[in-house]
Amino acid sequence: MPVLLYAESADGLFKKSIFETASYARAVADQNNTSLTAISIGDVGTDELALLGKYGADKVLNVSNAKLKNFVNQAYASVIAEAAKNENADIVVLSNSFSGRGLAPRIGVKLSAGVIDGAVSLPDQKDGKFIVKKTAFSGKAFAITELTSANKVIALTPNTYKLVEKNAPGSVQDFSPEISEADFTATIKEIIRSAEKVSLPDAEIVVSAGRGIKGPENWSMIEELADLLGAATACSKPVSDAGWRPHSEHVGQTGIAVSPNLYIAIGISGAIQHLAGISASKVIVVINKDPEAPFFKVADYGIVGDAFEVVPKLIEAVKQHKAIA
Amino acid sequence: MKILVCISNVPDTTTKITFTDNNTQFNSNGVQFIINPYDEIALARAIELTEGDKGTVTVINVGEANTEATIRKALAIGATDAVRINAKPHDALFVANQIAEYVKQNPFDLVLTGRESIDYNGSKVAGMLGELLGLPSVSIIKKIELDGNSATIEREIEGGKEVLNVPLPVVAGTAEGVAEPKIPNMRGIMSARTKPLVIVDPVDVQLTSGIVSYETPAPRGQVTLIPADDAAKLVDLLHTEARVI
Ligand SMILES: Cc1cc2nc3c(=O)[nH]c(=O)nc-3n(C[C@H](O)[C@H](O)[C@H](O)COP(=O)(O)OP(=O)(O)OC[C@H]3O[C@@H](n4cnc5c(N)ncnc54)[C@H](O)[C@@H]3O)c2cc1C
Ligand SMILES: Nc1ncnc2c1ncn2[C@@H]1O[C@H](COP(=O)(O)O)[C@@H](O)[C@H]1O
Repeated sequence: MPVLLYAESADGLFKKSIFETASYARAVADQNNTSLTAISIGDVGTDELALLGKYGADKVLNVSNAKLKNFVNQAYASVIAEAAKNENADIVVLSNSFSGRGLAPRIGVKLSAGVIDGAVSLPDQKDGKFIVKKTAFSGKAFAITELTSANKVIALTPNTYKLVEKNAPGSVQDFSPEISEADFTATIKEIIRSAEKVSLPDAEIVVSAGRGIKGPENWSMIEELADLLGAATACSKPVSDAGWRPHSEHVGQTGIAVSPNLYIAIGISGAIQHLAGISASKVIVVINKDPEAPFFKVADYGIVGDAFEVVPKLIEAVKQHKAIA
Repeated sequence: MKILVCISNVPDTTTKITFTDNNTQFNSNGVQFIINPYDEIALARAIELTEGDKGTVTVINVGEANTEATIRKALAIGATDAVRINAKPHDALFVANQIAEYVKQNPFDLVLTGRESIDYNGSKVAGMLGELLGLPSVSIIKKIELDGNSATIEREIEGGKEVLNVPLPVVAGTAEGVAEPKIPNMRGIMSARTKPLVIVDPVDVQLTSGIVSYETPAPRGQVTLIPADDAAKLVDLLHTEARVI
């Protein structure tokens, strides 16, 4: 029974997090001595589809129905569940992205499958069990969760599994699922792309700033640093509440949870609700003028100093580093 | 307009999370429980949408008797009535099945959940409810307006947002920004005591998951402090030691 990967695309392309998810799904298939089938829905070109083979897909089911061009939660869940049944797949893997979080529970119900959301480890399959570690308590703990159902759905947290190139065949086949009108009651009126260059939930580097930056007019240095590092920008809750930055940048317990390789916090005190959204970051850098700021307790590197002096110096240092590298 | 708001009872945001029995049980000793913050936002929006006798707001919780303080708080904030399904909330599928069963008997025009509960962070109940009830579900919503028999909903997507029009009934998972949480006033607190709270027996559900144990993240080592005038040192360490740039 193969593993089925849902390869989510945006504008005809797969993001890095999807290749991570493919690498993960390949490893799950290997654990079970089985093959990996991927399914892609929407307008994805053949070159892009072939990349799924590079990360381990033996076979790629390509669904390019005009009705399914844009993401419709219910319809996509039906298509993926149908593919799982056709392929006889008992494990479905997808990314714990915004769409993934809408899909996984619906697919779970359709397949009578237990669902692991926010997985951060490969399944432990000793003694016929199936146990996966997932985030819990807003990053303050992990719950080691066993799935006891025959079918299983796993949604993988971005930036937690490395890319592994496998060069499997990745042969592409067309797949024409049944389409039920009942799945299309929701209609998309508008899609608004935000101006940000790097999307926050799957950014590898995040430059985040808080009330210490004093006002929206001072954000140009934050943006410049982020640009240089290819990073997404983020902020603390009071900053977005005050309208200095859009709500989509608000990180923390009540905002977005991020798991980048590097999180740079500038002029943020490090309140527990903020830390809840960033504790999965691999490396944390804190710049704060108050040596007693709680953020230093969870940081790997810290600079005690005035952001208005430190950040411009940091920008220069990054420029120098890039010039040499 | 009949709105159902699903509320979960979770540890207060500032709680230090600890475990007992060899890290197999969550330690609720001395923990203050609250309405899940996102559910509080959903409740506030439901109250706004029914203001001026335009409808009713029922809150529902799957939980044991110890969740009643949280339910009463929701009534004090302004819910019309409440339902408690008397069972330990085993996992999202268990909870969704219980609520779905209730909704099949007692239909609603709109079912709101939070985007996720801050304890297990599943973001699962809304989608499962939608599927179990054969209704559309929209998760991580940033805005909801009702017009007649449909709702206009803004939802978050990677790198932007999407505006959807969905016929009622629909299940939606609310995020911050949908409404400002409401603080109960004296009149609300007084009337909460006498508002109806119905207790319902759970239905049998085939369980699909269970938590084996918990882990707390490895503590981070000591912070390495770098002099404020030596940003180059930081860049160097990030490149050579941490290998992240
Ligand atoms: C239920 C609940 C949910 C919440 N959810 C969230 C959430 O999701 N995300 C979130 O972020 N917050 C959240 N909060 C708010 C949180 O408690 C804090 O109030 C907030 O994170 C503080 O933001 P801040 O660090 O930007 O501001 P402040 O606490 O005001 O800190 C500013 C920091 O900047 C430093 N500073 C000042 N000037 C300079 C300078 N020139 N150079 C360098 N440093 C300087 C100061 O030393 C200070 O440490 C929540 C609160 C509650 C009650
Ligand atoms: N025990 C429960 N009773 C009622 N509603 C719940 C319960 N658990 C979760 N929910 C609802 O489902 C949402 C998402 O929860 P979860 O899927 O666990 O992250 C919450 O914000 C609540 O609205």
